[in-house]
Amino acid sequence: MNAIPFIPFLLALVMSPLLPGSINRTKALFAGRRGPPLLQTYFDLWKLLRKGAVYSRATTWVFRAGPMVGLAAVLVGAMLMPLGNCPALLGFPADFFLFAGLLGLMRFFMVIAALDTGSSFEGMGASREVYYSALVEPALLVALVTVARQTGTLSLSAMCGRVSDGHWLNFGPVLALVVVALLIVLLAENARIPVDDPNTHLELTMIHEVMALDHGGPDLAFILYGAALKLWLYSALLVGIVLPATGAAWLDVLLALGGMFVVGLVVGTIESVMARLRLAIVPQLLVGAGALAATAFVLALK
Amino acid sequence: MQITNIILVLVVLTNLKLLGSSRLGASIRVVAMQGVVLGLLPILAHTHELSWRFAALAAGSIALKGVVFPWFLSRAMREARVTREVEPYIGYVTSLLAGVVMLGVSFWLCTRLPIPETIASAWLAPVALFSIFAGLFLIVSRKRAVNQVLGFLVLENGVYTFGVGLAPQTSSLVEAGVLLDVFVGVFVMGIAIFHINREFDHIETDRLSTLKD
Repeated sequence: MNAIPFIPFLLALVMSPLLPGSINRTKALFAGRRGPPLLQTYFDLWKLLRKGAVYSRATTWVFRAGPMVGLAAVLVGAMLMPLGNCPALLGFPADFFLFAGLLGLMRFFMVIAALDTGSSFEGMGASREVYYSALVEPALLVALVTVARQTGTLSLSAMCGRVSDGHWLNFGPVLALVVVALLIVLLAENARIPVDDPNTHLELTMIHEVMALDHGGPDLAFILYGAALKLWLYSALLVGIVLPATGAAWLDVLLALGGMFVVGLVVGTIESVMARLRLAIVPQLLVGAGALAATAFVLALK
Repeated sequence: MQITNIILVLVVLTNLKLLGSSRLGASIRVVAMQGVVLGLLPILAHTHELSWRFAALAAGSIALKGVVFPWFLSRAMREARVTREVEPYIGYVTSLLAGVVMLGVSFWLCTRLPIPETIASAWLAPVALFSIFAGLFLIVSRKRAVNQVLGFLVLENGVYTFGVGLAPQTSSLVEAGVLLDVFVGVFVMGIAIFHINREFDHIETDRLSTLKD
């Protein structure tokens, strides 16, 4: 039995908590601190999993289902996402719509779990999350459709595997626009700095973090692990589109793993050199990402 | 071919940036950058027949659009003491979306136009058309007189892009004539902005339209 298709899924399961760690180390390096250990997210997950959960009497089963459904959705998403040029466990034509749908399902359950607590802060976070993701999703889909058009294939694995140096030489500008749009999508979807500050603990300005305020113990662990997986999947998408295939399967996997940590480095650098945008300006950035993706799409049609 | 395409994508991006930008100073710099990038286009698009004509055209347009106009507009802005905000009639996000629609429309229009075979790149005519649309949109959707000059410059950049793509066929006299027209136009508008401001304390065109003599 061929082991290659299991590699992207297993690596995502095992290594995804390393990615937030590498971002934090990059930020610490810029700030001149030593920073938390690279394995900090694993320690946090281990600590949280040994705790018991506390549930408010105001909440219903929706609140308990939120983290579980979210984690399940992102796990299925991980089966669809290739790593660099290594194909994913599952792949079929137009699977990127399912991928976007699964992440949408994860967000939906996160949002209704937040609303279920009845806390006004969580309601604000939920409202912002939905508003921003409504602006981000078109950018993601248009960017993916553009790549599908450029490579002439319809599944994520085939798209990522088919991009070659020939595409970069002939359609460099189009692919560059797609990559920038996807990078903004990655920052927005994973609550990174120009859109949301993962370090902030002021409820009035938080987006993603505020929705997890009432979750504790294993539930919070599920949310943390789901967020790490989501970041890993978006980075894998970016790496898959940037990296051309070399031909040797193991070399591809190694290159892609290197690429993942380059994405971590880039995100950490962006977070270190940029301030967070005002909430009123964020939609402009997200619509800008959509405009870049649409420009790439129009140019690819010609 | 590839470098031409990169320049054309840069032109599209600068146009989108202008539509979404809220600062006058930044807009002036973006238009200057667009002018410089477009100035390089004739040299790079026709490498096989590099001549004094293209070199002179490039040098002239880079000097005017990259240095003289921005300097002049910044000076007019400083002396008229306008605030740094663009103050649009149509919001930034809506403008950006309108820009994307205009881009799509110009690409669609160009599939129906008889474009000559000798054109430098398949993207050239649509991008030129998009610049013209974006320039017109900037002129009608912004309050500040400085911004209307910028819209006019973007419009001219579109005409110039189209002219450069067909440069072997068109006469450089036409190009020089257009450049001169724009120069005089910007010069007159720069002075006019300054004088309007001295008379009326503001350069907002929506309030000028209610004037009676």
